[in-house]
Amino acid sequence: METALKKSELVARLRSDILALQGFRAPALGVKHDDFGLGPVMKAFPQGVFPRVGMHEFVSQTAEQTAATSGFMAALAGKMMKQDGLCVWVGTRRTVYPFGLSQFGVTPDRVIFVDLKKDKDLLWAIEEALKCDALSAVVGEIKELNLTESRRLQLTVEESKVTGLLHRVSPRLSNPVAAVCRWRISPLPGVTDDVLPGIGFPRWQVAIEKVRNGEPGSWPLEFRDGSFELFGESVSSHQYISKVG
Amino acid sequence: MKRYVAIWLRHLLVDRVLLTRPELEGKPFVLAAKERNRVVVKASSRDALKLGIEAGMVLADARAVQPDLEVLDYDQALPEKLLGALAEWAIRYSPLVAVDLPDGLILDATGCAHLWGSEAAYLKDIATRLKSSGYDVRTAMADTIGTAWAVSRYSRAYPIIPPGEQLSALLQLPPHSLRLEVPVTEKMQKLGLYQIKSFIYMPPSVLRRRFGQTTLDQIGKALGTTHESFEPVHPCEPYQERLSSLEPIQTAAGIEIAIQKLLEKLCERLVKDGKGARQAVLRCYRIDGQIQHVQIGTSGPSCSASHMFKLFELKVASIEPALGIELFVMEAPVVEPLANAQEALWDLSSGNKITQIAELIDRLSARAGTGVIHRYLPAQHHWPERAIIEAVSLTDQPEIEWRTDQHRPVQLLSEPERIIVSAPVPDYPPMLFRYKGDIHRVKKADGPNRIEQEWWISDGMHRDYYAVEDEQGGRYWIFRLGHYNEELTAEWFIHGFFA
Repeated sequence: METALKKSELVARLRSDILALQGFRAPALGVKHDDFGLGPVMKAFPQGVFPRVGMHEFVSQTAEQTAATSGFMAALAGKMMKQDGLCVWVGTRRTVYPFGLSQFGVTPDRVIFVDLKKDKDLLWAIEEALKCDALSAVVGEIKELNLTESRRLQLTVEESKVTGLLHRVSPRLSNPVAAVCRWRISPLPGVTDDVLPGIGFPRWQVAIEKVRNGEPGSWPLEFRDGSFELFGESVSSHQYISKVG
Repeated sequence: MKRYVAIWLRHLLVDRVLLTRPELEGKPFVLAAKERNRVVVKASSRDALKLGIEAGMVLADARAVQPDLEVLDYDQALPEKLLGALAEWAIRYSPLVAVDLPDGLILDATGCAHLWGSEAAYLKDIATRLKSSGYDVRTAMADTIGTAWAVSRYSRAYPIIPPGEQLSALLQLPPHSLRLEVPVTEKMQKLGLYQIKSFIYMPPSVLRRRFGQTTLDQIGKALGTTHESFEPVHPCEPYQERLSSLEPIQTAAGIEIAIQKLLEKLCERLVKDGKGARQAVLRCYRIDGQIQHVQIGTSGPSCSASHMFKLFELKVASIEPALGIELFVMEAPVVEPLANAQEALWDLSSGNKITQIAELIDRLSARAGTGVIHRYLPAQHHWPERAIIEAVSLTDQPEIEWRTDQHRPVQLLSEPERIIVSAPVPDYPPMLFRYKGDIHRVKKADGPNRIEQEWWISDGMHRDYYAVEDEQGGRYWIFRLGHYNEELTAEWFIHGFFA
């Protein structure tokens, strides 16, 4: 009995050591972490802390998903920028409408759009932006990305501590990349009161398909007044995996 | 006190022909062009000159003298082009070089000769270098352009005129050496004034009456009493640094060291003057006479050598050193005062944030080209395409607040795309629409939200916008252009996607 207890203690300690080695610091007591307003989603992350020092991969296939993902990323970037942060948005064929970002808590004039002409400059530009630690976040829209390239970006992030949000818009293959998290955001029908016309607040099915040292899952969220609210049933990791297959 | 060097390339065109076609060496040939319905000799080779064929002769007469005369086409623009290239090359001797058409160069050599040891060594270096590249050259140095010009062309004496001795140098020379107009020199010939000394002591009023004011001006220019304008091929930049290398530099590492050294010197001067460079140009003079240009621009005045070096670093690969580079010239043609107040803008928590971001932007636009960086400010328009305007600089502040009460999509198509809808009239949202082959059944809708064209900006019909949601939860921003007409047809477009 005693040995078993010792073993589990040992395992727990080793786990936290590994996490620390991988760049996940345990939340120190008394230190307040950024609240992303993600509510239940936070449980998916190791030790319940949103991994700021890492690259987040977002995958979208359809135009509707792309729009939903852009909105979600804008909301996340807005939380990271807070009052005085700055963000760089890198892409080649930008469709993001700066005006539309203001609904997601982003001051559009604090976003610097880099609209490259050539695809081959994309990775370089994202890396350069990630190196600049005066930024709060870097959003990159890129189609294809391989493991080596993503590893390089992840290492840059670990150096500069600038969060990278990579949006892979309809990639040909969903190959594994070295991101801390893979998200998939799909739109859900909104809910309105019958008395009020309109289309209601944005609602998304927010799925974390992969998370390093965390628990993947899927949650229906509504974005309302600058924070995410859970509605309906969340899907735990086991159910989620069996659903996805 | 000024010092000028006049370079006379006596057989500029002929030498050029011989350089490109060495097989013509030793043969009489001329360059000829059509002039008033006859072909006139414009330049003749040394062998042709010996036969008495001179510029200005009609080609038929020249052929009579020498029947197997080689005739080449004369290109009118060639002398200017050649001299321009030679002037660029001569910048190694002085930053101020002017082209002196049709066959010369003028150098403002003030304060340059001592770098070669002495004036004699300076002139000798110019002459030997030009001669070794195949040009017949004569040079002279004097206090004024006029005297240097006259001595280089008409004097057989020692070509360096000591300061202040223009008059004694000119006395023995013919009146042509004062660059006078042809009628004036002809008149002087008729009057027997074969040398400058025979008329230079005449009272100015007499000279003016006989030969006109220009003659007096030309005399003044030669003697230094009248100012002569000087138009260098490259206007002198106030912020310029030069670095000549002992050995020709061929490697990228060497070029980078040179750039670093030049930037350090340049930035030191800029900091002292409280200026920052918005543009920097590096010119590399190769030993084969070619010049390599590299240019960078910054988004804000910068006097940081390390930052500008990073920008140049991206372009080092485009420099072709070939056999080697012997001189580097770094210039900052566009400078702006450094604004110390920059840190206060955007109320950033740490002061150097904005510089860091400006440097990032410079790096991005240096590689990816200009016009890739955009930042937007709100504008006082409802029309979606005009609701945002591009900010000119990083530090522009919005004049009005961003509006969050307007429901605008997160993705906007650059051009609205046509969709096919079925919608009840008059003002109901569509029941379904077809976009890119997919049929979307509208479940929820909001609208219409009419946005008028601003007639003072452009003509066109208003748009009635609807925000609609289909059964899958996709949200679209669609609009109807204008009113329904009598046939109840209207054009519908999709303009964006809501998150």
